[in-house]
Amino acid sequence: MKELIKKMVEVVGPSGFEGAIRDVIRTEIASHVDDIQVDAMGNLVARKGQKSPGGIRIMLAAHMDEIGVLATHVEENGFVRFTTVGGVRPHTLLGGRVIFVNGTRGVIGGERLESPGSLHSFEQMFIDVGATSRETCPVKVGDFAGFDRPFADYGDRLTSKAMDDRVGVAVLVEILRTMESSPNEVYFVFSTQEEVGLRGATTAAYAVDPDLGISVDVTGTGDTPKGSRMEVSLGKGPAIKVRDGGMISDPRVVQWMVRSAEASGLPYQLEVLEGGTTDARAMQLTRAGVPAGCVSIPCRYIHSPSEMVDIHDVQNAVKLLVALISQPVSLG
Amino acid sequence: MTESTPLSLPEIGVEQIALLERLSNAVAVSGDESEVRAIVLDAVKPLADECSVDALGNVLVTKRAQVENPLRVMLAAHMDEIGFMLVQDDDNGLYQFQVVGGIDTRQLPGKPVWVGRKHIPGVIGAKPIHLQEAGESGRTIPLDALRIDVGPGNGGKVKPGDRATFATSFQQIGPSLIGKALDDRLGVATLIELLKHAPGNVELLLAFTVQEEVGLRGARVAGYAFNPDLAIAVDSTPAMDMPMWDGSENNRYNTRLDAGPAIYIADSSTLADPRLVRHLAGTGDRFGIPYQFRQPGGGGTDAGAIHTRRAGIPSVSVSVPGRYAHTAVLVTRFNDWKNTLQLLHAAIQTMTPALLSELR
Repeated sequence: MKELIKKMVEVVGPSGFEGAIRDVIRTEIASHVDDIQVDAMGNLVARKGQKSPGGIRIMLAAHMDEIGVLATHVEENGFVRFTTVGGVRPHTLLGGRVIFVNGTRGVIGGERLESPGSLHSFEQMFIDVGATSRETCPVKVGDFAGFDRPFADYGDRLTSKAMDDRVGVAVLVEILRTMESSPNEVYFVFSTQEEVGLRGATTAAYAVDPDLGISVDVTGTGDTPKGSRMEVSLGKGPAIKVRDGGMISDPRVVQWMVRSAEASGLPYQLEVLEGGTTDARAMQLTRAGVPAGCVSIPCRYIHSPSEMVDIHDVQNAVKLLVALISQPVSLG
Repeated sequence: MTESTPLSLPEIGVEQIALLERLSNAVAVSGDESEVRAIVLDAVKPLADECSVDALGNVLVTKRAQVENPLRVMLAAHMDEIGFMLVQDDDNGLYQFQVVGGIDTRQLPGKPVWVGRKHIPGVIGAKPIHLQEAGESGRTIPLDALRIDVGPGNGGKVKPGDRATFATSFQQIGPSLIGKALDDRLGVATLIELLKHAPGNVELLLAFTVQEEVGLRGARVAGYAFNPDLAIAVDSTPAMDMPMWDGSENNRYNTRLDAGPAIYIADSSTLADPRLVRHLAGTGDRFGIPYQFRQPGGGGTDAGAIHTRRAGIPSVSVSVPGRYAHTAVLVTRFNDWKNTLQLLHAAIQTMTPALLSELR
């Protein structure tokens, strides 16, 4: 799966500009699905199977988009001012590099500060693409960029930009490759604009109108020196979400996932995330309401250009989800 | 490349300015848009194929196309404006109040206001400089310490729950259109003009929305009801285009006056559909209509509520730039309004279903 993850994370796809990653995913899954569509928001919606007796309609969602930056002004001398796309924090930027959707690369620099120890605000930073004038700058106001940081394989641990949520995308692709048969009609939704407010999943969930919704996304960990207070670690298995900042998982879904993991002898962790949320919230709140939950991939340094996951957690997430959706679903 | 305009585009004349003046001077603070709604209904009823007022107070207008299977194009402009609500009667014509929508309370002391549907005149009082202690003028006066004073004689004519707004009368001065609530009466007037000159190639779905300034609430249900093929929010956006006080390059102007309608790429509420951004900019290039891109950043328009309705609606926003937004006065340019109307009219006339056949 490492090759697949590498392929997914290295594509540029900030929120709103998911066309390139969508094409890559489409090529990977086209031969494994029964129907494939792109909707008005740019979501890639693929269906596998049909509802047979005892089956339900399940929506699995992983978002294609990544956080990034967006040009707001090109100065007379060619420097690009920018704003953020999604939850970017200033301390992750200085000295980092970006790659624009149009292929232009640049480095992020900062103004000289009055007090050297203080943190640059976004307004005090700029992108240097090597241009010397506004006229010759290949970046225009409104151009989007993602972070430019390659995939690295540290053995069990993998790090890259955009693990959030291309690792979830890779999980969905791998499920399609390995799943044999299911009584359920399963919609694989590769969603857009998650990082700016779950917007793609909101419209996709309305259109799919599922009986059950599961998102596959990353979650934080508490296993780094003097880190967050959080009972999730890298390498201890996929995390079954109990709640996050925007959703309380349907407790029946949590128990169903726990029973399945135990029956299959798969490691799992229970996740309580204090901030943030996932596409599962959009699925839960669509139309008249949908039972929803989330299988999370534990991830360190989320929303930095070097997010880290453990390959075993990814592989076990695939196994858990295949076990969950290949059988008739009983929420008890 | 600019081609000579084969299209007939609507103009702004005395009649249009008079309509804008009536709209600007009307009081329609979010939640009580009735005064503007009455003006809108008068203007649109003779021209509409269908016209209704929905449960939240939005005016929904349909103008059918003259072709089969047309694109269904929604345009939204909000009728409501920022303002105040009286919340407590302190006797003798003094009222405590809250703000409705985004208002910087530092700007309020000393401002005249109109209260209620009858435009009862009042003023937001302030302590005269004569009576202030040393250093007091450097501090912000909290909202709790401000009162709207309508005078003892008018006390019976207003009551808690009444809305109030800045008492600013519309003026046309040289190249400028100046008034309160031009955010978004400019959009309202634009939609009325588009209805008068409705191109027959699309089904035009006009939403004159309520409660935009308190969270895009009217547009949310209007977008659900129309469920169009695409949507354009027509609004007003700040221009902060003055030179910097220290001579440095102004890189946060949002938009500039006299640079044409502002096409949105991204704000806090919406990542505009790139196909519609390209179509609008391409229309401007093709017909020589000036336009600018609004600097991506914060803020939101009705497009934010519309584009995530149902299974998703490709959406974009276009705004008339204006200085001093959300204060007692907005300064806009006649030419920017005219070019906004003409860009929208030209863009709609040249729309075909092929616009959406390419993937977002």
